[in-house]
Amino acid sequence: MAQTEDHAVGLDQYESLARRILTVWLPLFVFVFVLLFPFYWMAITAVKPDNQLTDYANHSPFWVVGPTLEHMRYLLFETTYPRWMWNTIIVSVASTTISLVASVFAAYAIERLRFKGSRITGLMIFLAYLVPPSILFIPLAFIVFQVGIFDSRLALILTYPTFLIPFCTWLLMGYFRSIPYELEESALVDGASRWQILTKIVLPLAVPGLISAGIFAFTLSWNEFIYALTFISSSENKTVPVGVLTELVRGDIYEWGALMSGALLGSLPVVILYSFFVDYYVSSMTGAVKE
Amino acid sequence: MTATLETQAPRRRRLGRLSESRNGLGFLFMLPAAIFLLFFLTYPLGLGVWLGFTDTKIGRPGIFVGLENYQWLFDDPVFWLAVFNTIFYTAFASIAKFALGLWLALLLNRHLPFKNFFRAIILLPWVVPTVLSAMAFWWIFDSQFSIISWTLMQLGIINQPINFLGDPWNARWSVIAANIWRGIPFVAISLLAGLQTIPQSLNEAAAIDGATSWQRFTKVTLPLLTPIIAVVMTFSVLFTFTDFQLIYVLTRGGPVNATHLMATLSFQRAIPGGQLGEGAAIAVAMIPFLLAAILFSFFGLQRRRWQQGND
Repeated sequence: MAQTEDHAVGLDQYESLARRILTVWLPLFVFVFVLLFPFYWMAITAVKPDNQLTDYANHSPFWVVGPTLEHMRYLLFETTYPRWMWNTIIVSVASTTISLVASVFAAYAIERLRFKGSRITGLMIFLAYLVPPSILFIPLAFIVFQVGIFDSRLALILTYPTFLIPFCTWLLMGYFRSIPYELEESALVDGASRWQILTKIVLPLAVPGLISAGIFAFTLSWNEFIYALTFISSSENKTVPVGVLTELVRGDIYEWGALMSGALLGSLPVVILYSFFVDYYVSSMTGAVKE
Repeated sequence: MTATLETQAPRRRRLGRLSESRNGLGFLFMLPAAIFLLFFLTYPLGLGVWLGFTDTKIGRPGIFVGLENYQWLFDDPVFWLAVFNTIFYTAFASIAKFALGLWLALLLNRHLPFKNFFRAIILLPWVVPTVLSAMAFWWIFDSQFSIISWTLMQLGIINQPINFLGDPWNARWSVIAANIWRGIPFVAISLLAGLQTIPQSLNEAAAIDGATSWQRFTKVTLPLLTPIIAVVMTFSVLFTFTDFQLIYVLTRGGPVNATHLMATLSFQRAIPGGQLGEGAAIAVAMIPFLLAAILFSFFGLQRRRWQQGND
C-alpha cells in the first residue's frame, strides 16, 4: 500500500502494522479525543432538555434523547445575545479593517521602501507584538475614560489594533519579502509611482497574505476578552465572550443549557471561517513564529 | 477651476516632494500604524508605569507616592502567592505543552492518511474563543455533575465526585489542565511546520548508518528543530505567564486566592477594587519576567541566523 503512494513515505514503510497502530494511531486518537471532547460536551449540553441535563442516573450523559432547541430559543429571543453578536461582528470587522490598512502601508514601508531606520522600526513592531494586553488594560482603561469613549464599541475598535497591527505588519512583511524585487524595479523603470506599484503589483501578489492576516486578525478580535470586560459596562454594548460570561450566569443557578448554547453559537462564526481557510490559518500562525 | 488648481498646487508639491524621497514616503506610509501604536501602546505602557507610582483610584486622580505601592505589595502575602501561582502555572503548563505538542507534531509528521484533516481538527481548541471553551471546562469541572467524576465513579475508581475547582491544589491542576488543552495546538502546529523543513534524507542517511529511531530523534531532528523550539516556547511562556481569561472564567482566583495569577490579581485590585495604582504596580511587576522571555527569544533568533549562515 505504502509503496504505491508518493516518495515521502520515508522510513515508515519498514514498520510493522502492530507497532504502527500502537505508536501512531493510538496516541493520535487519544489526542484527538481529548482535544475535541469539550466541544462535543458543549454541543450535547446545548441541545439537552433540562430534565436530562443533570439526571445521570436515568439518562446516559453522553447522549441525548429528544434534543431541544429551547436553550437556543431562550438565548436568541429572551436575552440580549443577538445584540452581543452584532457588537462583536462590528468591532471585529472594523478593527480588522483598520489594522489591515495600517499594516499594509507599514509592512511595505519597512520591507520595501527601506527608509532610514526601517530595521529598527521592524524590530519595534516585533516587540510591540510581545506586549501582552494584561499589562496594558489598566492604563488603557484610564485613557479610554479620559477620551470619553468608555462603554462604547469605539473603545474596542480603537484599542484592538494595538495587538492586531503588530501581528499583521509582521506577517505581511514576510509576504512582501517573498515578492521578487525585479517586478518592482521593472515597474519603476516603466515610470510607475510607488502608489501604483503597491496597488497594482504588490497587493495582488500578496492576496494570500492579506487573507491570512485578515482572518487571523478577525479571529483575534472575536476572541478578545480582557479589554471588552474592562471597557464595557452596559449590557447592550457587550461582546459575545463577555456577555455570555457576565450576563448569563446569575447567582448560583447555572443554566448550563443556555450557557453552552451561548458558547456554541459564539464559536460558530470563527469555526466556519476557519473551516474555509484552514491553510491560511496555519500559514499565518507558523509565519508569525518563523520570521 | 483654475483657482482650485492654484490653491492646491503648493500642497501637492510638498506632498510630491515628500513622496519622492524614500524617507519621506516611508514616513507617510508608517504614519497610520505609528499613530495607533504610539497612542494606544507606547503611551499606555509609560502611563502604566507612572500609575504604579501613584495612588490613583477609579474616579479620583492620584498623587505621586513613590514606591509605596511596591512596598505595600512586598508585604502582601496574596501578591507573593500570586507570583508563586504564576510561576508554578507557567512552568508546569509550558513543559507539558511542549512535551505533548512535540509528541503530537512528530505523530502528524508521519506519513498518514487524512493528515490535513487531522491537522485541521487539532487546531480547533486554538481557534474557538478561549472564554467560551473555558466555559465548557467550567461545566466539565462542575463540583457535582462533572462528567469526569461521573465516568470515574462508573468505572469504580472513585466513590464521590472530585471537587475540581473548590480545593486549592485540585483547582491549580485543573486550570493547568485547561491551559495545556488550549495551548497544545499552537505548539504542535508550529513545531510541525518546523519538522516539515527537515529533509527526510537526513533521517534516512542516519538510519543507513545504523542509528536507532531514538538516536535519530535526539541527534538529527532535535538539534535541527532547536531554533524554532526556542521561539515557539518563548511565545508560549509569554502568553501563559500573562494569562487572564482561563482563570477569570474558571475560578476568578479562588478558592482562597489559590489560583490567582498576577494578571487576575491586577484586574481584581484595579477594576472591581478600584485601586488603579496598585493594579498597575502588579502589572508592572510582570515586566521583568516578560523581558527575560523576550531576551531569550532574541537569542533564539540570533542562533537561528547563525545556523542558517546568512545575514
